[in-house]
Amino acid sequence: MYLMAAFEPQNFVDNLRYMGLGMLGIFVVIGAIALLTMLLNRLTQQHDEESPEQKG
Amino acid sequence: MEVLYQNLLNLDIKMVIMWLIGGVLIYLAIKKDMEPTLLLPMGFGAILVNLPLSGAITQGLEEGPLSILYKAGIANELFPLILFIGIGAMIDFGPLLSNPILMLFGAAAQFGIFFTLCTASMFFDIKDAASIAIIGAADGPTSIVVGQKLNSNYIGAIMVAAYSYMALVPIIQPPIIKLLTSKKERRIRMEYTQKPVSKATRILFPIFITIIAGLVAPASVALVGFLMFGNLIRECGVLDSLSETAQKALANLVTIFLGITIASQMQAEHFLKADTLLILFLGLVAFIFDTAGGVIFAKILNLFLKKKINPMIGAAGISAFPMSGRVVHKLALKEDPTNFLLMQATGVNVSGQIASVIAGGLILNFFLH
Repeated sequence: MYLMAAFEPQNFVDNLRYMGLGMLGIFVVIGAIALLTMLLNRLTQQHDEESPEQKG
Repeated sequence: MEVLYQNLLNLDIKMVIMWLIGGVLIYLAIKKDMEPTLLLPMGFGAILVNLPLSGAITQGLEEGPLSILYKAGIANELFPLILFIGIGAMIDFGPLLSNPILMLFGAAAQFGIFFTLCTASMFFDIKDAASIAIIGAADGPTSIVVGQKLNSNYIGAIMVAAYSYMALVPIIQPPIIKLLTSKKERRIRMEYTQKPVSKATRILFPIFITIIAGLVAPASVALVGFLMFGNLIRECGVLDSLSETAQKALANLVTIFLGITIASQMQAEHFLKADTLLILFLGLVAFIFDTAGGVIFAKILNLFLKKKINPMIGAAGISAFPMSGRVVHKLALKEDPTNFLLMQATGVNVSGQIASVIAGGLILNFFLH
């Protein structure tokens, strides 16, 4: 039994919106994670730098 | 006497072809060391389920152990998710955390998934096309979860393609990278300074990723969550024993059952179809365009950057870890034996693991309902 549908080239064009949405979605999420990581690095490094002085 | 040979009469040529395919998978696993932990159980399982009236799978009312395992661990996505805990515990996000901008390459290298989605939709209905496209995630557990959730008719072929191409990364990627880059570009040096990453960042990172990914792509919560849970166990510093168990015993146990259970979907009547060949081809398309996406993204960035990036590291953005990072490192060394890109490529490679899971979640968001 073959489940493959008939060859429909138009579907490539019709589904390009998923390519656009998908790539946009990934860049938005990954971009947000990258920004948050930079922020975390900055905040926690500041904290690490301040900690020894506080202890001292 | 008839009892001894009557089952032989049930044997057909398709089953014998599946034995040969199983033999090839076992050969690749043992002789070529290609993903042996999965290809070997899959190869043996392919033989096991293609014996006439095999007792390993359900025959009529008689339930077989592999069919029971399939229902218990793959149809409900439990095995791949549990395996993700182990994988999360194995990943050191350090190189990525010290240089978060590398994450963007992981995003770019998911292009093959969406390109293949469009290509596969010319041949298959959209849910099957999406399940086939996710082969490009270069991530077995993600492929299983997406294929199962979308109720794909081709889960066996998708699994074989996903794991085989992951093993073939050292063969697939170099020609694509060379085709898209000049010798001069491949010789670009990138300075690497290991910035310190605080323990707080390492602990908060998996938690924040789960929250962000969950808010944008709720369907990805299980995938991202289990991966990040494993990583949290690793990084918290108070669960070393659990971390070690997740990395070794848990991951090994699940892998044993995963490979052989996937093989239950490799019965000749389901597997030996023109569709399977097309799926294998589309899987290759996905890997090629993933690689191209990462490399071209790096080249575009170079148009705007003063300090140029070696565009090869874009190719490491696929999730096949650590193969992809090593491929880029070796290519760089081949061009210039003093150019070490391992740390940058590893950072990008790790980001590919996160991005591929998010891509899986987005695919589910689009097509699950």
